[in-house]
Amino acid sequence: MLLVRRFEEKARQAFTQAKIKGFCHLYNGQEAVAVGTISVLNDDDAVITAYRDHAHALVRGVDPKACMAELFGKITGCSRGKGGSMHFFGVEKHFYGGHGIVGSQIPLGTGLAYAQKYLGTNRVTLAYMGDGAINQGAVYESMNLAALWKLPVIYIVENNEYSMGTSVARSSAGDPLTKRAGAFDMAAIQANGMDVDDVRAKTFEAVSLARTESQPTLMEIRTYRYFGHSMSDPGHYRSKEEIASRRKTDPIELYKARLIEQKVATEEKLNAIDEEVQAIVQAAYDFAEASPEPEFETVFEDIFTPEDQIPEFRPDPRG
Amino acid sequence: MPTLTYREALNQALSEEMERDDRVMLMGEEVAEYDGAYKVSQGLLKKFGPKRVVDTPISESGFSGLAIGAAMYGLRPVVEFMTWSFSLVAYDQIINNAAQVRYMSGGQLSVPIVFRGSSGGGLQVGATHSHTPENWYANVPGLTVITPAFPDDAKGLLKSAIRSNNPVCFLENEKLYGYKDEVPEGEYLTEIGKARVCREGGDLTIVSNSGSTHRALNAAKQLEAEGISVEVIDLRTVKPLDFATIADSVVKTNRVLIVEENKPFAGWGAQVAYQIQRELFDDLDAPIHRLTSLDVPQPYSGKLEQAILPNEERVIAAVREALA
Ligand SMILES: Cc1ncc(C[n+]2csc(CCOP(=O)(O)OP(=O)(O)O)c2C)c(N)n1
Ligand SMILES: [Mg+2]
Repeated sequence: MLLVRRFEEKARQAFTQAKIKGFCHLYNGQEAVAVGTISVLNDDDAVITAYRDHAHALVRGVDPKACMAELFGKITGCSRGKGGSMHFFGVEKHFYGGHGIVGSQIPLGTGLAYAQKYLGTNRVTLAYMGDGAINQGAVYESMNLAALWKLPVIYIVENNEYSMGTSVARSSAGDPLTKRAGAFDMAAIQANGMDVDDVRAKTFEAVSLARTESQPTLMEIRTYRYFGHSMSDPGHYRSKEEIASRRKTDPIELYKARLIEQKVATEEKLNAIDEEVQAIVQAAYDFAEASPEPEFETVFEDIFTPEDQIPEFRPDPRG
Repeated sequence: MPTLTYREALNQALSEEMERDDRVMLMGEEVAEYDGAYKVSQGLLKKFGPKRVVDTPISESGFSGLAIGAAMYGLRPVVEFMTWSFSLVAYDQIINNAAQVRYMSGGQLSVPIVFRGSSGGGLQVGATHSHTPENWYANVPGLTVITPAFPDDAKGLLKSAIRSNNPVCFLENEKLYGYKDEVPEGEYLTEIGKARVCREGGDLTIVSNSGSTHRALNAAKQLEAEGISVEVIDLRTVKPLDFATIADSVVKTNRVLIVEENKPFAGWGAQVAYQIQRELFDDLDAPIHRLTSLDVPQPYSGKLEQAILPNEERVIAAVREALA
């Protein structure tokens, strides 16, 4: 959780220094969701999410250096500087992206689970979406297919209460969102996204159901984002007081206090971890900064697989 | 004449048309309480209330289809896509329903709807968010496709689009929202299907649209210093195409460069080039030149993205080649 928090703080700083361009959606406040869910997985289970994807990549084990370099648009980035903040990939770590179109990763996640079952892997897929994404039609088409064909996929709604400036109450009929699984007779479960232990426990149930019975689950994890929707959102739709009060339930602080209370760790130990994490993040920043920009020719790479490389269509100005 | 930004001009058009006709209403993500993701609808909720300025969930297929249905029943909806890249979620509704229902019903129904929003690349938002899909929609019989480049046209064309009884795809350019110029007050309509000669010249004709027109004009200004005189025609409306205005210019200059941000294969420029060679073959002193984005998905890296766009440097090089 600390790695994600510190990484995002650094990204925020780099964005204000104009080293990161385009859209940049931060995860601060939601750390317990990515950590609590992915930490339950085996290394070869699959993860797919939307554009607020830095945390999922990091937690799945994608190198922080490659993540930061991607934000900087460098050739050493996890998508070779082609994807940017919204389109991280780390397939070696079974991280299937970072997807920019709201809801469009959900059919893909369903397909990953379909292939996992087809190939007899006994692996599962976590497919994440926001509370706003739940209103895309593709989500219901996917849920029906997953329930009908008993696919080992867990749909995770990260309910941070807003889709851009629209509160859940203004976008979504029916509360809680887990009710939407009912029509498909799909298992549904809620978790407190500010409590990493609760997220872990609930995810464990869903993953077990997927792995042992090949059944999908819809999870709704209640959380909160501290910063604007993206770096360019001034956030006039909610009050400073609201944010301040939600920051009091900070998942990292909560977990720290619990570890100290249960005598699992001391304050000093936790501070040492924090310092270690900050060093990792600084190293990632330095690496990104020092990395070269992609060469022009790379723009034509990665469109087709090498064995099927069809001649580039590169018209000269005469057309 | 007041000076307005492109964004303000669009806002004025919406406001005036909503005042004129209460069947005109605006629907889309964040258009009301947030005042629009790009602030085009700023103040409209306050002025017209939540019945006529409607925030939707993120359900492009659903609300586009709903608005088409409402148009079939007599409303005149304006649907905002936060960006045209997201219109792909509603592609089926726009093509199969908005464009074709009149035809399939033998003329019993009409669909007076405007789909509008930002489009275009150059902002480092990656491949999913940087489409310039005017040629995809221009391929569909029944759709009118408009891509204004200047604030006065933004206003005049949006007002005309809202008054059209047919479905219109109105593609704004994200990079132009802050661009300022004079805009006539009140009732100002720009005719759909008429190109604009932005700059006269004798040596070569550039045909362009939207953001590319600005690149072409900047290039033309630089070339003027060298004594090269470039005429720049802004299409304004991609479809219907104003071929007559293009032809008048080509007959005069005998050389053509087409500049479009689309990817090269089957972009609208290919259609323009076809018509020029078909109708004006004997008037040409050189092959028709065409400058587009490169045929690759939009890369995030700023260096790479700039290199794939038809930037000014590439426009100037292409003009020189066409004149060589
Ligand atoms: C199809 C589509 N429509 C609109 C957008 C613009 N958009 C990006 S994120 C977003 C809000 C999504 O909110 P939510 O699903 O709750 O996820 P969160 O941002 O809270 O993580 C919108 C409207 C988009 N990227 N794709
Ligand atoms: Mg949300």
